[in-house]
Amino acid sequence: MAAELHVELVAADRSVWSGEATLVVARTTSGDIGVMPGHQPLLGVLESGPVTIRTSDGNTVVAAVHGGFISFADNKLSLLAEIVELSDEIDVQRAERALERAKSEADASAERRADVRLRAVSSR
Amino acid sequence: MGAQLRVYKRRIKSVTATKKITKAMEMIAASRVVKAQRKVTASTPYATELTRAVTAVATGANDKHPLTTEAEAPTRAAVLLLSSDRGLAGAFNSNAIKAAEKLTKQLQDAGREVDTYIVGRRGIAHYNFRERKIAGQWTGFTDAPSYADAKTIAAPLIEAIETDSAEGGVDELHIVYTEFISMMTQEAAGDRLLPLSLDKVAEEAGTTDEARPLYDFEPSAEDVLDALLPRYVESRIYNALLQSAASKHAATRRAMKSATDNAGDLINALTRSANAARQAEITQEISEIVGGASALADASAGSDK
Repeated sequence: MAAELHVELVAADRSVWSGEATLVVARTTSGDIGVMPGHQPLLGVLESGPVTIRTSDGNTVVAAVHGGFISFADNKLSLLAEIVELSDEIDVQRAERALERAKSEADASAERRADVRLRAVSSR
Repeated sequence: MGAQLRVYKRRIKSVTATKKITKAMEMIAASRVVKAQRKVTASTPYATELTRAVTAVATGANDKHPLTTEAEAPTRAAVLLLSSDRGLAGAFNSNAIKAAEKLTKQLQDAGREVDTYIVGRRGIAHYNFRERKIAGQWTGFTDAPSYADAKTIAAPLIEAIETDSAEGGVDELHIVYTEFISMMTQEAAGDRLLPLSLDKVAEEAGTTDEARPLYDFEPSAEDVLDALLPRYVESRIYNALLQSAASKHAATRRAMKSATDNAGDLINALTRSANAARQAEITQEISEIVGGASALADASAGSDK
């Protein structure tokens, strides 16, 4: 059996996903980072963006994370963010509408949020 | 029906109506406590993970961050009081306000100027009535607070603590809220949020004895701490808001339960009085009839002779 790491994906008001994984890719402020089992203890600030989790049964879980932190120690990885959405939970049409609206209103943060959602869905 | 009996009947009717209302309020509050408790539980993983991360960085970072070091001579402090928008919750609000006033007095005795920030209409009304200055106030969400609400509250507080105390900022941030210990026990308590006392944070995270791993920081320890601490404050405020909401509902439930019980007792007592009044009326009627009959009998017996 391949080495595994335990992942907790946690939003401010709920625990979104937890399970075993072989690889987690997330975007920190200084670039994308991939964490595999046995990685050095790490604590980083996340950018808004999709997080990809390759689970140990070969599936891939993608979540849109809006800011937050990644911390890894003792083969336990936690991803913390105020808002976390699994790609299955994202309503594509709604996100597209939100993106258009944000663009027309020049609302940069809303545009970024909608964009992150769409990217999470497309990288599923 | 006699006048007295009618008065009793009317009062019984009105108390019964009141009892129905308080009973309904009790049941609503009971269901809300459960909901609020569930929210407290749901927010716990985020808070614990965040606390663990804060402990890791703060012990790992060598230099001193303004949010973790105590000012040499603190001159100003902020107190955030969490009360509720609505009353009918027994001593819930007055306990929280009392705790805040006690803390404020302690801080003032220690030579600090205190800025008060208040959540909830009850607390604001209390301070306004006494014409005390309120530095910031929020209302409208105390029954079911969301994380966004915690963020709006945290923003000016974090700004205040980052400003120099000479320029109107604060050195310390305290929070007064009602801790939800159990369904029956809630306690108003003051807590210092910032500057962090790391031992206490570590104790909460349960990592005191565990050896802490040496972390790699991305991008750097200072940046991570800069980003972490505001989130930590928000999450603590969010947790306090949720606990305060749960406590408020529990207090409402208890207050309404005793109101219902009292209404029941009152109905019993009134029913007894009404029965006695009715009985007295009947007795009187009988004695009137008997008296009348015997007077008639006496009169007719006299005429026969």
